[in-house]
Amino acid sequence: MKIVCCVKYVPDATADRRFNSDHTVDRAGVDGVLSELDEYAVEEALKIREAVDESEIVVVTMGPDIARAAILKSLQMGADSGVHVVDEAIHGSDAVGTSLVLAKVIEQQQADLVLCGMASTDGSMSVLPAMLAERLGLPQVTFASEVSLDGSTVRIRRDGDAATEMIEATAPLLLSVTDQANEPRYPSFKGIMAAKKKPVETVSLADLGIDAADVGLDAAWTRVEDAQSRPPRSAGTVVTDEDGTGADRLVEFLAGQKFI
Amino acid sequence: MAAVTEILVLVDHAEGAVRKTTAELLTLARRLGEPSAVFVGSQVGAARDALKRYGAEKIYVLDDVALTDYLVAPKAEALTQLVEQTRPAAVLIPSSAEGKEIAGRLAIKVSSGLITDAVDIQAGEAGPLTTQSVFAGSHTVNARVTHGTPIITVKPNSVTPEEVDGGAAEEAFSVTTSDAAKTARIVERRPRAATGRPELTEAAIVVSGGRGTAGNFEPVEELADALGAAVGASRAAVDSGWYPHAYQVGQTGKTVSPQLYVAVGISGAIQHRAGMQTAKTIVAVNKDDEAPIFELVDFGVVGDLHAVLPKATQAVNARKS
Repeated sequence: MKIVCCVKYVPDATADRRFNSDHTVDRAGVDGVLSELDEYAVEEALKIREAVDESEIVVVTMGPDIARAAILKSLQMGADSGVHVVDEAIHGSDAVGTSLVLAKVIEQQQADLVLCGMASTDGSMSVLPAMLAERLGLPQVTFASEVSLDGSTVRIRRDGDAATEMIEATAPLLLSVTDQANEPRYPSFKGIMAAKKKPVETVSLADLGIDAADVGLDAAWTRVEDAQSRPPRSAGTVVTDEDGTGADRLVEFLAGQKFI
Repeated sequence: MAAVTEILVLVDHAEGAVRKTTAELLTLARRLGEPSAVFVGSQVGAARDALKRYGAEKIYVLDDVALTDYLVAPKAEALTQLVEQTRPAAVLIPSSAEGKEIAGRLAIKVSSGLITDAVDIQAGEAGPLTTQSVFAGSHTVNARVTHGTPIITVKPNSVTPEEVDGGAAEEAFSVTTSDAAKTARIVERRPRAATGRPELTEAAIVVSGGRGTAGNFEPVEELADALGAAVGASRAAVDSGWYPHAYQVGQTGKTVSPQLYVAVGISGAIQHRAGMQTAKTIVAVNKDDEAPIFELVDFGVVGDLHAVLPKATQAVNARKS
């Protein structure tokens, strides 16, 4: 089974995230990492490879040169190879543009199974898996909190707001997993050493047969007019409960704000 | 003379019971044009009054089992057909997992820009202008769709629903579902057990417990019930198996934006803040006076929650009676 796992390089959530002057996310000036939620997708791919003979995992990302770090981390965890789409023209692509590029890579790879995380930790739109399924005409089994495989049939548990659903589809298909699906492994020393020898192919838009005018900031179907940092919340009142009056003062505050 | 500007609103409902988010979406839609509710399912009778009360001028009824037996794709097809027929000025969809997926597929199908997780929408000459809260609530972004029919998903609690009597003219809309959209079959559906508390993402008040509860959520639930609040949990509490994942607040759980958020025994890591930082008022109880949550609070108590909460619950109940 050929598994293509889509991953994203994002600014570290614990860093001071910010925007560039063109209102795109600053990915170069802020420490970046493999989006935490994509680790669950990589882990699920590894579990499936362990269960299904003759499987291989190709990790795909797009983004500037430094985005290669997201592929490297996935290879250290155990994925087999990587494809990195690098092209100046993709800067500023929205989800529509991103899905166009990734769908082309997946087509070229002839994937049996496409794996994604539930959302990125920067844009956190969580629409890319659905867009990929739409573009590729694949069954969409997404937001899986539990995955089981029976031959080419995939069955997942999806915990929705109102109900828990069990969903079934047959490969080839697109699967996205939540942080409930598994426990991502840490790269071992052996894994880190092995990753250095694993192949990572760099491809351009031209290699994918995509017109540069169809992606990037100017081709995006949405435009950010304005991005501002919010003023930090002004410091409130903090009391200690040493004298046992904490609860009463808390309730007084709530009553004063008309919450009671 | 300007033609009537129709705005499609996808109705979020459970067996016909309309969720609060739908009233909010209808209220926002009214700023942009005439709201038309899109109701998927067979129980429109139970929803009609609420949709009318919040200003739906039309109700398109899409009653077809294919729409509810398969995941997402058939609903996206149905909305595509409706968009092509009605040519709306915008489509508003609730920012649930399913809502965002429907929106994503619709955007590709009708070649239109998509904005997710809006917390506000204003009418503008160049089309609706949205506000989003990003990077764990640390930044505010204004954006608009520049191509096609603006498709916007809206977070719960973004606006106070306004009652305006709508025409609520019902119109059955028959959809054609392709075989390609019927490939991810929902083989079983178990509705979540009712807790008797408000829905987490819709609640005006949320009381959440974290690591500091040490697994005992009783004080959290009791304070929540005294305040008429929903109960939430931090990732640490959920990962420890103390509370179900459906109640997790944070980056990988629910994002809440209530009037009041009470964080109990929660340190306030960035992943948690991402889910609650836009609450109007924030209150915390934590025994560690250096917990980052205290940087956010309007009011904080440094103390043992197992002592503070029961007393607070008692005092709240005393004031109510």
